[in-house]
Amino acid sequence: MIQVPDKDGRFGSFGGRFVPETLMTALIELEEAYREFSADPAFQEEIDYLLKQYSGRETPLYYAERLSKHLGDAKIYLKREDLNHTGAHKINNAIGQGILAKKMGKTKVIAETGAGQHGVATATVAALLGMECKVFMGEEDTRRQALNVFRMKLLGAEVIPVTSGSRTLKDAGNEALRYWVSNVEDTFYVLGSAVGPHPYPMMVRNFQRIIGDETRRQILEAEGRLPDLLVAAVGGGSNAIGMFYPFMEDEQVAMIGVEAAGKGIDTPFHAATMSKGTRGVFQGSLSYLLQDEHGQIIEAHSISAGLDYPGVGPEHSYLKDIHRAQYVPVTDAEALDALKLLCVTEGIIPALESAHAIAHVVKLGKTLTKDDVVVICLSGRGDKDVESIMAYTEGAQNQ
Amino acid sequence: MTTETTNRMDLTFQKLKTEGRAALIPFLTVGDPDLETTLDIISELEAAGADMLELGVPYSDPLADGPVIQRASSRALRSNVHLRTCMETALKARQAGSELPFILFTYYNPVMQMGLDTFFAALDAHEISGLIIPDLPVEESEEMRERSRAAGVNLIPLVAPTSSERIARIVSGASGFVYCVSSLGVTGERSAFHSGIDEFIASVRRSTDLPIAVGFGISTGEQVSRFAKICDGVVVGSAIVRKVEEVIPLLAEPQTRSAGLLQIREFVAQLRP
Repeated sequence: MIQVPDKDGRFGSFGGRFVPETLMTALIELEEAYREFSADPAFQEEIDYLLKQYSGRETPLYYAERLSKHLGDAKIYLKREDLNHTGAHKINNAIGQGILAKKMGKTKVIAETGAGQHGVATATVAALLGMECKVFMGEEDTRRQALNVFRMKLLGAEVIPVTSGSRTLKDAGNEALRYWVSNVEDTFYVLGSAVGPHPYPMMVRNFQRIIGDETRRQILEAEGRLPDLLVAAVGGGSNAIGMFYPFMEDEQVAMIGVEAAGKGIDTPFHAATMSKGTRGVFQGSLSYLLQDEHGQIIEAHSISAGLDYPGVGPEHSYLKDIHRAQYVPVTDAEALDALKLLCVTEGIIPALESAHAIAHVVKLGKTLTKDDVVVICLSGRGDKDVESIMAYTEGAQNQ
Repeated sequence: MTTETTNRMDLTFQKLKTEGRAALIPFLTVGDPDLETTLDIISELEAAGADMLELGVPYSDPLADGPVIQRASSRALRSNVHLRTCMETALKARQAGSELPFILFTYYNPVMQMGLDTFFAALDAHEISGLIIPDLPVEESEEMRERSRAAGVNLIPLVAPTSSERIARIVSGASGFVYCVSSLGVTGERSAFHSGIDEFIASVRRSTDLPIAVGFGISTGEQVSRFAKICDGVVVGSAIVRKVEEVIPLLAEPQTRSAGLLQIREFVAQLRP
């Protein structure tokens, strides 16, 4: 396989830098700084130290025996990103970008957040590194994820509710970019997913690849061979690309990204960018996205705030087009059932995002054989979702 | 090339040069609050002394725009105004007698979804002289530049105070004018411009023989005069869109509509340097 992205940030025809000229110099500086520091062993050591001593890596690759037995014959492993400090994989990237910001001499960081996990991770790292932090969050999401808003404030961050557009993740991203344009001289934008203009998709992937690197080592130790299948949820796609990337050259390893089908991909209420989207430019890069025939972006819908996004990272679009990875939809209801199943079989409450990945493996169920080894990326823990699960369950009962 | 000499924008800049004055370039969100009003506002702007006009295409995710133009975009989108409607509005304005060169201001995605073949084939027939695509930096614009050249339409490049060594590359091979972004940030009125603004404009002047215009954040007659002394054109956007927003209640009622339009005309007339 060829190395992606190329020097213009293209993954095949996807990616690139579709941003106002005002941001170009900042993006080029960021890319240069990232390349310079990544070549410096001290930079990686500093990140590794925090990942280990602060976030608690490496995270376990746990053999979910009862879930496996429940579903059939295959062996199902869970990569426990939920056991990270702050409860999700988002901290891997926040630590990486936070250290980079500090090396670049920036004193302020900003972030966008949907479910609040990336906002919490960024607020955490900002506190740790003594930086000022502003988090942009759609007003709708500040209601859905009130607990995370409070968490960010406790950590010393300022949470700015975004009232434009659909008041969710995409609008938070727009507003963070707008703020960055105005404050580019002293502010570092900690982007939370493998989306946006180059170099973000590449940089976020590289900060998240530790998920796949560890998994590769751990599964070889546990099974003496590579897995047959990797499954991960895809909103913007950072946990999935982090899991997939180190296995890219291993053709025997299949990869499935699971996107949110909301109330169903044949209804207007979904976030199934790969199943229903078309190519277009959104938030700085060319990728698949949900849009109407006039090129206006359509609002996404998912029970999971972290997957409620009308775009997807450009590298995923590339992997879909070259058929290296497959992308499938899972509905709100299927994700909830899978969440409950994991609770009672393994005593683990997964994040609603991660529950989408589990739900797809539940669907595969009997088609898997006893020789199959499957790894699911359990990207986050579900504590943050308990309230919305209650609301959804009660709502369903009242219908 | 004959296609270039007949471009209405180029002819206007030539004429203004002989008159020794800078172009006043108002920006308008098409379809805010509705298409019929847009046509009326265009004729008011012309009567107020506008020299050319930026027609803003409403977009769901206008990254380069501040709150005023965001709100105007939302209003226009609610009336189902899209790229094609905006082009049709330009043609209608021409048929109604407007002599102004029209510059289409659109984000890239609507253009991409229309398809570049369809888009470029339609531009000339719809009286469009120039294009501004704020999210298409020089690195991504090669095909658009070639197609614009072939179509005789000016793809206006934007340069920012932070562009420094990028300026030469951005302006090379450009046509129409060079758009200098007055300050870091999104569109919207502001009292202070980037501290190095004069040096920035001077450095752009040294890099190109094209006319240069300045925009982003210019909202008063005083600011227009300041920049008219050192530029060939001054763009006023959010301040006019805000004025439109203010008079929407007047525009909505038949008995107050002309008073509302007059307010817009007077606002733009006093901007003229």
